[in-house]
Amino acid sequence: MQKQRPKHLDLAKIRLPIPGIVSILHRISGVALFFSLPLLIYLLHGTLSSAEAFDAYRAVVSHPLMKLVLIGLLWAFMHHFCAGIRFLFLDVHKGLELQTARATAKSVIVISLALTVILGVVLW
Amino acid sequence: MVNRIVVGAHYGLRDWVLQRVTAVIMAIYTFALVLFLLAMPSSYEGWKAFFGQTWVQVLTQTTLLAVFMHAWVGIRDLWMDYIKPVGVRLTLHVLTLVWLVSCVIYSIKVVWGL
Ligand code: HEM
Repeated sequence: MQKQRPKHLDLAKIRLPIPGIVSILHRISGVALFFSLPLLIYLLHGTLSSAEAFDAYRAVVSHPLMKLVLIGLLWAFMHHFCAGIRFLFLDVHKGLELQTARATAKSVIVISLALTVILGVVLW
Repeated sequence: MVNRIVVGAHYGLRDWVLQRVTAVIMAIYTFALVLFLLAMPSSYEGWKAFFGQTWVQVLTQTTLLAVFMHAWVGIRDLWMDYIKPVGVRLTLHVLTLVWLVSCVIYSIKVVWGL
């Protein structure tokens, strides 16, 4: 029996459902965090440095370009964090029903964006 | 005779668990840190004094070690998903390890104020 289904793996044509989007963004944000680890440690370093070094540090992190990078990282962490917690619940078989899974996926996107905007505005 | 089964269902289970356990540790640390930050007067001195305490340093370092183990499993899975040639994959695994171990060393310097 030959089933005639449209079957293609063309990235430009695949329409990802929302949980799929959350998943791939989780992967991308994880990779972004991985590459930013030295920067993140440097950020902590700066906040703990002596008073004079702290002023130099403030100059670095208040550069507009740096601020954009930091906002990006903030979102990456927020998304990875929220989506990660959702995955942990799925791992223990909570929220597996299609409707619930879709709703929580949507919430992950909305909440992490909202948190990024709120914290971004506060910190800017 | 050694008759070890090297493929099968438990391949990677330990790493899978490690990734989840470290995720939970990081999540708890994040929540706790946010609560402490909210309860603390927001000043440079307050923050420095907070981070000067041994227990804060110990828990921070432990959580950072969890981050590196978590990232190791995550990034290694990623290379295994996308990179098929063995040589290239092995090279990327080694580079990932070097990157993460360097981060561990740097984090020790920062957390303990060395
Ligand atoms: C509280 C913080 C975090 C939580 C709750 C969390 C949770 C998770 C979970 C549950 C997974 C497994 C997902 C899966 O297998 O589908 C994962 C994967 C991953 N995480 Fe995290 N994580 C956190 C922080 C971090 C940090 C700081 C980094 C960066 C170094 C990171 C990097 C990664 C990477 C690279 C993956 C693999 C992505 C993939 O295979 O798709 N995570 N995280």
